[in-house]
Amino acid sequence: MEALSVDIGRLKSGEVNLGTSIMAVQFKDGVIIGADSRTTTGAYIANRVTDKLTYVHDRIYCCRSGSAADTQAVADIVHYYLQMYKQHMGREPSVHTAASLFQNICYQNKDALSAGIIVAGWDKEDGPSVYNIPLGGGIFRQPWAIGGSGSTYVYGYCDATYQEGWGKDETIEFVKNTLSLAMARDGSSGGVIRMCVITEGGVERLFVPGDRLPKFWQGQEVIGKTFKAAADTEMIVEG
Amino acid sequence: MTSIGTGYDLSASTYSPDGRIFQVEYASKAVDNSGTTIGLRVKDGIVLAVEKLVHSKLLVPGASNRRIQTIDKHIGLATAGYLADGRHLANRARSEASNFREFYHSPPQVKDVTERLGQYVQVYTLYSSVRPFGVSTILGGVDKTGPNLYVVEPSGVFFGYHGAAVGKGRQLAKAELEKLKLAELSTREAVFEVARIIHLVHEDNKEKEFELEMSWIGAETQGIFLPVPKDLHQEAEEKAKAALDNFE
Amino acid sequence: MDHFPTNWGRPRNDAFDAYGTYPIQQRPNNIKDNFNGVQRTQQPIVTGTSVLAIKYKDGIMMAADNLASYGSLARFKDVQRLHAVGNHTVLGASGDMSDFQYIQSLLDDLIIEEFTEQDEHTLGPAEIHEYLSQLMYGRRSKLNPLWNSLLVGGYKDGKRFLAYVDLLGTTYSASTIATGYGSYIAQPLLRKAVEGREDTLTEREAQAILEESLLVLFYRDARSLDKYQIAKVTESGVSISESMALRTSWSFAEGIRGYGAQTQ
Repeated sequence: MEALSVDIGRLKSGEVNLGTSIMAVQFKDGVIIGADSRTTTGAYIANRVTDKLTYVHDRIYCCRSGSAADTQAVADIVHYYLQMYKQHMGREPSVHTAASLFQNICYQNKDALSAGIIVAGWDKEDGPSVYNIPLGGGIFRQPWAIGGSGSTYVYGYCDATYQEGWGKDETIEFVKNTLSLAMARDGSSGGVIRMCVITEGGVERLFVPGDRLPKFWQGQEVIGKTFKAAADTEMIVEG
Repeated sequence: MTSIGTGYDLSASTYSPDGRIFQVEYASKAVDNSGTTIGLRVKDGIVLAVEKLVHSKLLVPGASNRRIQTIDKHIGLATAGYLADGRHLANRARSEASNFREFYHSPPQVKDVTERLGQYVQVYTLYSSVRPFGVSTILGGVDKTGPNLYVVEPSGVFFGYHGAAVGKGRQLAKAELEKLKLAELSTREAVFEVARIIHLVHEDNKEKEFELEMSWIGAETQGIFLPVPKDLHQEAEEKAKAALDNFE
Repeated sequence: MDHFPTNWGRPRNDAFDAYGTYPIQQRPNNIKDNFNGVQRTQQPIVTGTSVLAIKYKDGIMMAADNLASYGSLARFKDVQRLHAVGNHTVLGASGDMSDFQYIQSLLDDLIIEEFTEQDEHTLGPAEIHEYLSQLMYGRRSKLNPLWNSLLVGGYKDGKRFLAYVDLLGTTYSASTIATGYGSYIAQPLLRKAVEGREDTLTEREAQAILEESLLVLFYRDARSLDKYQIAKVTESGVSISESMALRTSWSFAEGIRGYGAQTQ
């Protein structure tokens, strides 16, 4: 048991965990980011309607996973840096700039932080872009990124489904389906789906309530049912 | 300069009663005595050129005391005034560029380095314990916004230019620059123009020997700030001399 | 601290995660022990596997696949693990990818610093390797190593260069080198194919040797990928290929039945 606490011991005891499903996908005109809304301490759901989509600049958002405290602190710092950037340089920061600021903090404090962050947005230089900054503080640009504990259950779905050249509506469907599947299998994810559509024109918020999530195969007990059916038949024959 | 000798020119930390800081103005005088420095911002790049006055025939030609310096892959700088101050500012500009890269993981724009250098220079106009820098700095480079050219004065102010000239021959050089259609010139054509102008302005300073120093950045250098290649340099200088003979 | 590069990126402790389902690797917990000490040394998280390199007639050639693993999860499949340093050197990295990215930015800055000198000197592979060895040894001496095994290959002034440096600051040079799993599986193959023939191997032959080794590694290294890049450094500078796919063979397995006496 003591050994077990090493594995889970990444979080300090009592720390609030964003055992999460988060996602960002770029498409022609912008990016769609999305997240579930569950925050847990252990198995207790501390917040069932969390907003994990965090504003860091006008056209740049991040999705946070890992420790809620760590990722909020990091996002706050980057938010400050980006405000300073805008005022100092007199221009909008690029998504790459924002992602680099996140990466600097995550890399330099890798021993202290548990933060897995996806940075996504739109800028003049590159258009839409998505950056993944996983645990150790590396930075990886991807056309789509998933993160958090729920993501491990849906890599296969994303690999099989994602295609280049999608428009806004198809991309929204992709994000919605992926997150629903992740939330359905990951106990640490759940609640509602929050999404943002970030384009040159602005940021549009989308919301899917927990009772309107796309439904997939729900699982069914097969062995018990067939056994019962067979027994019923026997009974009839004998009767 | 009626205020000279009134005591208000001894320190950068004291204004004269009519609101001037003489130490800063004197620093500009140091610039005006220096060999001419020119910067051109053209269609696809930047050319910097310096009339480097050779104070001794014993100096090894070309080898020492470059007045055009490299700040980053894509940014260069040329100074007029005290050479040592110029080198100090170049080092400062390099570390500003390097810090920017470290923090943002992307190359700085010319404006970013210029702003930081301007701030640095300005600080030296505030205290009695230091003297202002005796240089005007022409910064040039190509970034994602295109070619950019700035001049930082000893006071710390800076402006963006299409064409800039500082140092002894600046008046004549500026007059020549204004005749050019800078926005239509290629970087290669600009090399010939600056060479001609430097040779032209040197006419007023003929008793001294000089070396022409030129660096450029543009499509031909793949966006890297480099000295003008030897053969092109030579060709430009020969043409400049020929043009001068015709002029006379 | 795990001193065996081949353990990097392996599944987490089987005692509590036998199937590698838990997405986050064991991290240092920085829990104070009975002696009031604090464990500071991190461990690799997003990792790259082997890098291979050989000398050949025209210079050196290096190969690495495009995978960055997250434990046993093949998380990033288009990562470039070969990096050009100036015009004469290529650097290949296995181990932690965030540390590799940090090293890349250090070297990029170093190259710019050297460039701004404008003294007509450039850094060659020997200098880059020396810099890296001091860096790696310095960091391990602060008990905070950069968790990589690196290969430095290059060509300058008519001389080939190929050397290794790892998280401990250990260095060596040879005409064939492989990191990680490759040091067990590919190195014997490379030695057999290259040693004594360094001056006659053509580019084509060199590439074939590396590709054969990558193929064997793909069959036997569970953290490898069949997508890879090859870099070469010659008189004319560094070039890094586009990503290419290995041609694997599996058809021989069609007739295999059971695990012993079974025949159908």
